[in-house]
Amino acid sequence: MGDVSLVDVSKQFTLRIDTGLHTVHALRNVNFTIRDGEIAVLIGPSGCGKTTALRVAMGLETASRGQVRVDGRQVHGCGHDRGMVFQHAELLPWLSALQNVMFGLEMKGMRGSALRDTAMRYLDLVGLKDSANRRPHQLSGGMKQRVGIARALAIDPEVLLMDEPFGALDAQTRESLQAELLDIHTTTGKTIVFVTHDLDEAVLLADRVIVMRDGAVQEIIDVPLPRPRGDLGVVRGMAEFAETRYRIWQALHQAPGAVH
Amino acid sequence: MVELVRQDMSMNDGNMAGAASERAPRAPMPSWLITVGTVVFFIGLWEFFGRDVNPIFGSYPSAIAVAGWELALSGQLGSAMLESLRPFVVGYLISILVGVPLGLVLGRFRVMEAALGIFITGGYAMPLVALVPLLVLWLGLGFWVKVAVIFLMCVFPIAINTWLGVKVVPKTLIEVGRAFVAPDHVILRRIVLPATLPYIMAGLRLAVGRGVVAMVIAEFFTAISGLGGIIINAANNFDTARMFVPIVVLMVLATLLNSLVGVIERKVAPWQVEIASRD
Ligand SMILES: Nc1ncnc2c1ncn2[C@@H]1O[C@H](COP(=O)(O)OP(=O)(O)OP(=O)(O)O)[C@@H](O)[C@H]1O
Ligand SMILES: [Mg+2]
Repeated sequence: MGDVSLVDVSKQFTLRIDTGLHTVHALRNVNFTIRDGEIAVLIGPSGCGKTTALRVAMGLETASRGQVRVDGRQVHGCGHDRGMVFQHAELLPWLSALQNVMFGLEMKGMRGSALRDTAMRYLDLVGLKDSANRRPHQLSGGMKQRVGIARALAIDPEVLLMDEPFGALDAQTRESLQAELLDIHTTTGKTIVFVTHDLDEAVLLADRVIVMRDGAVQEIIDVPLPRPRGDLGVVRGMAEFAETRYRIWQALHQAPGAVH
Repeated sequence: MVELVRQDMSMNDGNMAGAASERAPRAPMPSWLITVGTVVFFIGLWEFFGRDVNPIFGSYPSAIAVAGWELALSGQLGSAMLESLRPFVVGYLISILVGVPLGLVLGRFRVMEAALGIFITGGYAMPLVALVPLLVLWLGLGFWVKVAVIFLMCVFPIAINTWLGVKVVPKTLIEVGRAFVAPDHVILRRIVLPATLPYIMAGLRLAVGRGVVAMVIAEFFTAISGLGGIIINAANNFDTARMFVPIVVLMVLATLLNSLVGVIERKVAPWQVEIASRD
């Protein structure tokens, strides 16, 4: 079980800019519920509050108002029920790929031989068994991101939170990781909240796309594509793909202050 | 020695001319060779001009080498070195054991920083020489007063560097710890400490130099002994060449200790060397 909701969440930041204090409303009364086993994509123009929403859900940021609920229970701060995949992987540079995955598990209290075996299993899941002993700077960007995913998955969270995890990758690596993520989703059935800028990525991955603007949820769009999605090349050719993509595009471009 | 230097430089010229005309790729000159070159050049200059100076007002390398040889043969140099190094090693190690945790705590906890930071910044600028007589009153003239002087001189650069290093640990790395629900002390030990290692090592290097100075100060102002003792006694006898022997030994020693720290750094923080832009 792993549904996650933001209930009436608002978040202000106070900024000190030379002329004085400014208040930034990063989130205004945000409400959404991501259902168990669903992939939800947050999309919207830069600065609309996607990262903030994800960080509040993770517990890295506390909401100014409102609550975060996992499985209907209100949560405070970070927990092992949620796993975070960072935009730039954020592996610990002094640890090998395997040790990075083990780090998360150790923090969950795992010890002994199970620790190594579990970490290895998840590295295998993301196809990095052979690079287990490499340190982060000896890995490519895509490999780092895979380790980051393995690290988050290994603690077996109910919800996986991913902030533009493929944003910095080239198109091909990005496509293969999208396919891998969908495979992982099929095998593990995790709830996934995924932030992206990329319309194609949103449609390929999501069950529902949450379009945000100015710190608020503007629209929630269902993606009527079958699961499992199978060959993503085929999915791209489907009429529903193009239609949904266009609907999201429209949502992003209507209303005042849209970014072109 | 001057000959040797000239030869070296003309070889250099040849290299550059060759590179200009043929553009052939050449292995760059190794760094150690450049260092040896400048040192030899400096010693050559000193020898050349130093010989003309009255031996009371100055000295020159070959005279210092002879004086050093005599001191070494008589066993004085070796025992003085041991006598100096013991308090140095003890004082230096204690300042690591105190300075690193202090810096970590200061950098990580705002209240501790506000409460203690000012003492560390102030302590760094403390005119230690002025305090030595007071330390003698407290600790006597023996081994421990020297340890105290060396400790007081080394602990501040180590603590300050560590503190500074903690301040620049990327917030995102700490968030990795928080995201996996690591308790504060685990974040400190398993994330902040390793991320700060390059700064700590820089602090250890600074502390080597300051510690050597502290060691000599301690030997001047407490019980005259060790390498500092040889300096004072030789100076009192106007034996300038002999006076330079411990000075040179100390500088060589500090350089060696510094490279030792470098070797240790490559052992404990190999990723840092691999990530760094140069070499
Ligand atoms: N730590 C912070 N301090 C002050 N303001 C912040 C902070 N984090 C975010 N903000 C502000 O909150 C707003 C939302 O930022 P957020 O990072 O959530 O946007 P985003 O949708 O993720 O943008 P992008 O697509 O560019 O990543 C922005 O106006 C930003 O300036
Ligand atoms: Mg963002």
